[in-house]
Amino acid sequence: MADANNGRIEIEGVTKRFLTPGGEVFTAIKDVSFTVEPGQFCAVVGPTGCGKSTTLGMVSGLDRPSEGTVKVGGKVVDGITDGVSFMFQADALLPWKTVLANVALGPIFKGASKAEAQARARDWLRRVGLTGFEDRYPHQLSGGMRKRVAMAAALINEPKILMMDEPFGALDVQTKAIMSNELLGLWEQSRPAVLFITHDLDEAVALADKVVVMTSSPGTVKAVYDIDLPRPRGSVQEIRFEPRFLELQHQIWDTLREEVERAYARTAGGPVTEGKAA
Amino acid sequence: MSTASPSTATASVDGVAAGQTPSDAAKSARRAALNRKLSVWGARIGLAVVIIGGWQAFTTWGIVDPFFFGQPSGIWSRLIDLFQNGTEFGSFYENIWVTIEEALLGFAVGAVSGVILGVLLGQSRFLADVLGPYIKIVNAIPRIVLGAIFVVAFGIGATPKILLAAVLVFFVVFFNAFQGVREVDRNILANAKVLGASQLQIVRHVVVPSALTWIIASLHTAFGFAIVGALVGEVLGAQQGLGLVIKTAQNNFDPNGVFATMLVIAVLVLVAESLISRLERRLLSWRPPAPSEAANSI
Repeated sequence: MADANNGRIEIEGVTKRFLTPGGEVFTAIKDVSFTVEPGQFCAVVGPTGCGKSTTLGMVSGLDRPSEGTVKVGGKVVDGITDGVSFMFQADALLPWKTVLANVALGPIFKGASKAEAQARARDWLRRVGLTGFEDRYPHQLSGGMRKRVAMAAALINEPKILMMDEPFGALDVQTKAIMSNELLGLWEQSRPAVLFITHDLDEAVALADKVVVMTSSPGTVKAVYDIDLPRPRGSVQEIRFEPRFLELQHQIWDTLREEVERAYARTAGGPVTEGKAA
Repeated sequence: MSTASPSTATASVDGVAAGQTPSDAAKSARRAALNRKLSVWGARIGLAVVIIGGWQAFTTWGIVDPFFFGQPSGIWSRLIDLFQNGTEFGSFYENIWVTIEEALLGFAVGAVSGVILGVLLGQSRFLADVLGPYIKIVNAIPRIVLGAIFVVAFGIGATPKILLAAVLVFFVVFFNAFQGVREVDRNILANAKVLGASQLQIVRHVVVPSALTWIIASLHTAFGFAIVGALVGEVLGAQQGLGLVIKTAQNNFDPNGVFATMLVIAVLVLVAESLISRLERRLLSWRPPAPSEAANSI
């Protein structure tokens, strides 16, 4: 936390191409540039197949850009970026480990002793309200509880960047709202930079400081909006009725709608030849 | 039709709710379950009686010649004779133990090397691409031929049998371990990498446990193969073992002796199978119960 610049994400002119199994070159994203400040909550919205997940992969270091650079904390990403955590739509929990062991994995991978890792995991399970569920296996938990375990597992290493790839996409509306509130609560405590991918515009506006709208294949940045709703935001369900929220939501939707319709026309209009990139 | 179906639905619900108290329902459910169990066992025993009884009857009446096809009563007395008087190559127990020992050692060697190589090749694309064709070639060789080579190379001791059993076991376990490693969830792998896991930690915490479902499933078939390997090795050339007992019985036109030994082998495999199932339940206790086990529908 000494270096405030630590969690700054700079994406500059990034293009990513894939070779499809058919031998064609498929451009997933093209000339994408945007910046996420340390401690900023940035949401990326866009239609299906616009390369949102590809962008995350390059920030985390799981993937390399074909052109352009990705910098984290002023350093060009090569290899797995340090201090990053991931949350996926499908849970990435290990089904053969208990809840406690799953959360303790982060510290263990970083070289902590088993006892220390478990003590910290217990603390984080308490923070996400899962005390008493330490010895359960993931399949014994509800979808919302599994998300909370995943959140604890992602935050236990105190990342400077938290990347979320439609983390609540598979949840029902009520659970999703509860999880969003809990995420905001936890985020306020440690304030990592967040890169949050979603196709739900309401969710993006309610949670984020900044919304990046992307076009569909090839993915490019269409517009960036600053969300000036005051923090702490309070309940995600209630903020939806504030006039300023509606104003921003309409404004961004106007930009996004065109893209969504274009992407839909493409997928519905005929057989899609390119591989799915998002 | 559209009015009839809801009314039948309510009627059946009423039948349960109005006519019976919950404890009555539980009692009748238990009775139904017991009845089902009894009828299954009845049918099982009936089937065995028909088959074995038919065999006995046909051979007694002379429709089928017991000289070629044996006779259940003859098999039984031959079995008792084998256990009491032993064989030309020492006691029957000794022969059983020799085969078990060879099968177990072959099973261990084959399974361990199969898992190690499967995980290694599953992890490394390069190694898999280089070794893949060779493994396929070796796998295409009929194993009996390999057995013949082993007997020539290593004599008629235990080594060729262990090797043959190990080779048979290896391929089953190897292909399963390899596939299991390939099937590891991409998200889980990416997550472990981002959390800072080293390659070794990924193998230990993610890859091996994930492939374990596949590996253990393969062990069921693999133990049967280990026994086959040991037996075939013994038939090809041995001083002791059940394979030799079978071969000698065959040479003496003693089908009852062959069937009696076969029965012993079947019991061995069944016992091993149940031990592996127990191991499976222990190692895979984290798994959610399969839908068929979760609810015993009546």
